[in-house]
Amino acid sequence: MLLHVVLSFAVIIVVFLVLPLIVGQTEHKVMAHMQSRLGPMYAGGFHGWAQLIADGVKFAQKEDVIPAAADRRVFMIAPGVALVPYLVVLVVIPFDRDFVAVDLDLGLFFVLAVMGVGVLGAIMAGWASANKYSVLGGMRAAAQLMSYELPLVLAASSVAMAAGTLSIPGIVEAWQWWWLPWQAVGGVVFFVAGLAELRRPPFDMPIAESEIIMGPMTEYTGMRFALFMLAEYAGIVVLSFLTAVLFLGGWHGPFLPGWLWTLLKVFALAFVVIWLRVTYPRLREDQLQKLAWVVLVPLALGQLALTGVVKVLL
Amino acid sequence: MDGYFGSYVLVAALFAIGVAIVAGALMANRLLRPTRPTPEKLTTYECGVDPVGEGWAQSQVRYYVFTYLYVVFAVDAVFLFPWATVFDAPGYGLTTLAEMFVFLGFIALGIVYAWRKRVLTWT
Repeated sequence: MLLHVVLSFAVIIVVFLVLPLIVGQTEHKVMAHMQSRLGPMYAGGFHGWAQLIADGVKFAQKEDVIPAAADRRVFMIAPGVALVPYLVVLVVIPFDRDFVAVDLDLGLFFVLAVMGVGVLGAIMAGWASANKYSVLGGMRAAAQLMSYELPLVLAASSVAMAAGTLSIPGIVEAWQWWWLPWQAVGGVVFFVAGLAELRRPPFDMPIAESEIIMGPMTEYTGMRFALFMLAEYAGIVVLSFLTAVLFLGGWHGPFLPGWLWTLLKVFALAFVVIWLRVTYPRLREDQLQKLAWVVLVPLALGQLALTGVVKVLL
Repeated sequence: MDGYFGSYVLVAALFAIGVAIVAGALMANRLLRPTRPTPEKLTTYECGVDPVGEGWAQSQVRYYVFTYLYVVFAVDAVFLFPWATVFDAPGYGLTTLAEMFVFLGFIALGIVYAWRKRVLTWT
């Protein structure tokens, strides 16, 4: 029991600290090649593999500037509020059959609640910076959270209906291959809404660096800024894990061991996240709201109806 | 660490680890970084120009109607979760399915109403 807890916590911490870096480095290289350039090539020698380590060393030595006008205390804790929830969410994610740190019986509900807290970090940072760009960014982040939380929750509850449980290992256990077409719409809605909650391009209106200069993060430097960046990439990892375990069957798969299947699905989804960033231009604020309310919410409601009908008739 | 709340002890432990990671990173930063604040450095960033007025500027919050919509729907959606786990339990079946369509109808009606009221446009 104790051994299991220590082992699963060790896996969670490695996943939390290492996978975001791998995704970040992959993003550097994939984006570069999609845009016909090389990306980082020098740090570490081989294809710039140590670029993010070099970035981390640089961040650790940077001066921590807190503007005189800022609300100091809120400004200082905001990066932590943005980052820690993504670690806590990992506690209920099954990495393999029978390998999960804690099997909470309302795991899905827990995940959605805790993920919502992460967005508060951006809102706190935006307001506490006392900077016009940051306030605008924080407001946009709040608007985005509210619009996209609903399709996220509805799509997730469709899976709960299909599996008849809220426990995430239970959902993966109940998963069958034909859930892929059955829950496809819900999966797309969940993934898109999750991207919007992470404020990843094309939903990066709140941080839009070319018009409001990173929004909530305008005034951040050094380690606190690095924590925000880590939160963004940890968010990608967590969203990919959630989509993989809820909609793609997690550790289910032929031939290979379960944990490898989970990891493969997570990396495939993380690649899609990067791909979308390179492909789509940023959505305008009203287009962003419209996409949530006019497209995603009706689609999620349709998925709920489909799930209910198929489940009762079978 | 048994029982219903036992599992939440582990969640709290992981939360504590997360706080420790953040605190450790900030502490390492504190040991390694220089601290030379100047008044210019601590001014609010506004693209190099001296800041105009206060940072907490008044602005028109255009999405407050979305807030209402969200509160209404989120409260509805919370009730979905307990229902979702039991709706096809033996003896329910078609009754709960009909209830679900009533529920979906309510939400869809709310969205159609908001749409007709032109709440879902910004320009």
